[in-house]
Amino acid sequence: MKGRFGKFGGQYVPETLMNALIELEDEFENAMKDEEFLKTYRYYLKEYSGRPTPLYYAENLTQTLGGAKIYLKREDLNHTGAHKINNVLGQILLAKRMGKKRVIAETGAGQHGVATATGAAKFGMECEIFMGEEDIRRQSLNVFKMKLLGAKVTPVKTGTQTLKDAVNEAIRNWVSNVDTTFYIMGSVVGPHPYPTMVRDFQRVIGDEARSQILEKEGRLPDYIVACVGGGSNSMGIFYPFIEDKDVQLIGVEAGGMGIESGKHAATFYGGSTGVLHGMMTYILQDEEGQILPVYSISAGLDYPGVGPEHAYLKESGRAKYVYATDKAALDAFMTLSKIEGIIPALESAHAVAHAMKLAPTLDKDKIIIVNLSGRGDKDVDIVSKFMGVKL
Amino acid sequence: MNSINEKFSYLKTNRQKALITFITAGDPDAGTTVKAIKSMEKAGADIIEIGIPYSDPLADGPTIQASSTRALKMGIKIPDIMDIVKKARKISEVPLVFLVYYNSIFKYGIEKFLEESSKAGIDGIIIPDLPIEERAGISDLMSKKGIILIPLVAPTSRERIRAIVENADGFVYCVSVNGVTGTREKIGTDLKSYMNTIAQFTDVPRALGFGISSAAMIREVKDYCDGVIVGSAIINVMSQFEDKDEMLENLKKFVSELKDGLSEVKI
Ligand SMILES: Cc1ncc(COP(=O)(O)O)c(C=O)c1O
Repeated sequence: MKGRFGKFGGQYVPETLMNALIELEDEFENAMKDEEFLKTYRYYLKEYSGRPTPLYYAENLTQTLGGAKIYLKREDLNHTGAHKINNVLGQILLAKRMGKKRVIAETGAGQHGVATATGAAKFGMECEIFMGEEDIRRQSLNVFKMKLLGAKVTPVKTGTQTLKDAVNEAIRNWVSNVDTTFYIMGSVVGPHPYPTMVRDFQRVIGDEARSQILEKEGRLPDYIVACVGGGSNSMGIFYPFIEDKDVQLIGVEAGGMGIESGKHAATFYGGSTGVLHGMMTYILQDEEGQILPVYSISAGLDYPGVGPEHAYLKESGRAKYVYATDKAALDAFMTLSKIEGIIPALESAHAVAHAMKLAPTLDKDKIIIVNLSGRGDKDVDIVSKFMGVKL
Repeated sequence: MNSINEKFSYLKTNRQKALITFITAGDPDAGTTVKAIKSMEKAGADIIEIGIPYSDPLADGPTIQASSTRALKMGIKIPDIMDIVKKARKISEVPLVFLVYYNSIFKYGIEKFLEESSKAGIDGIIIPDLPIEERAGISDLMSKKGIILIPLVAPTSRERIRAIVENADGFVYCVSVNGVTGTREKIGTDLKSYMNTIAQFTDVPRALGFGISSAAMIREVKDYCDGVIVGSAIINVMSQFEDKDEMLENLKKFVSELKDGLSEVKI
């Protein structure tokens, strides 16, 4: 069925948005068949964002761990410092094609907000970013960047004041301005066509990684490891490998202070099927469907749902989902910084943490690709606080 | 005959239009909600919507969001809300409609929810985040229970209107503006053409909601529709008072005013 991944996905939104979603779907389908559009999209990926990003052999990390060979897909080297720009460039070109002059977006870590503000600056659009107050506090560097880029940053004071509430507020704003505004969703979440569209704009990560590993190793990897907030960087790198059944796909959710503590954002641990932000998927909810507060040190993973295609991959068994705690992510953050000279985003550090656990259990001829979804500049503030260092 | 239909046919015979009022179950508490239903009925409400509070009410503006949060903080649960309906049913004949987000029904169990609603005495359900594309899983079950699924039409619906109102029953919820619930100074939509378009596709009564805040506004819009829905404005009145008796007294006064706005209907 259209817009569904098994039973997951769909369009659970107010009627006011339905025609906008249908128009968006049509425009997206036409654009993806339009060579001119694709050429422009690829042009900006290359010339503006600096793609392709390297697939880097992390030799020191590999040797330290003493097991499988670890490659890092360097999405942190994108313009604006994370994979988010891949999707933003696609959607903003679509917005332009549809004649929209105003874009809005939600943001958690601020990376999607910065990417959207960047795209809006570049393409001359009015831009408003919705961000939870809690996230504004913990990602102040990105808030300042968005403002520098000319965006309006609107604090969201409802609920847990994090990513979930920012999405609510962005959707409400879209309902009110649906005729003029394009909503640039930041992950593979939301009502159809967003999960499909964002995946298709992020699959460039996996497409590149596939040809790069074939070139370097002459074979496909054994494992691909990526962090999962809404699930866009992971879906982007997983998707081109879905048919390659020997490649194990591992999504790493935020384990926060541990699953037992209840303070986590690992949707597949304790979550159940439900509806959030227009999609049917796995969500963390109570027995009456109220969305539960979630927690992670990383604002970008602090989300009580997950993209519907991930829910499907999980149920079908094609992908496996694990979690890394705050502590494991911080350890990975330090390790990668010290031994590879790469400061990862705290989100990405969750993926690194799992790879660090996995690699030593594997033979040296095995290959792991870790999606390094972003760089850690935005996180030095939080990490320094954790270390008790005053900046 | 479902009591919503009975009500509209009674109103039609008497050349009146419907006043539909909204309150959140459990705000400020379950007992007051029961009393508020009775007060509103006495003051002239023809149909009452009972909002089931939800953590993430996408279609609602700040007023109803805050109201939901207050109710949830009081610890209100779905069985308590069924209890409110049962108690209200004992003292009131007014048709009762749930306003509920889909996940509340889905997670509780669709059949269980409908069974309990029907037993409690609910006549209709409005699900603001369930467009026609997603209705299949619930609409048949609802008709079996004799509960009407109230469809929503929006100013952006255009060519979708036909499919939305096909087989509609009870009333059609006509969303007045692009936006979320909340009081507004005025309604920008060209109501005449919007409401006429809807009438082309259905004979079912059309109730206009979102943003209608006062008797004065009701006077402006009433000629275009068969009923008006008032939500946030009612919550705003109630939330001004700590004392429950004062709250109910002022609620009654406000609903009577709204009712006055609907009188002297031209046919
Ligand atoms: C660097 C980075 N990685 C990952 C994420 C999580 O999002 P997703 O799961 O959609 O990739 C974010 C979100 O803010 C991010 O900034």
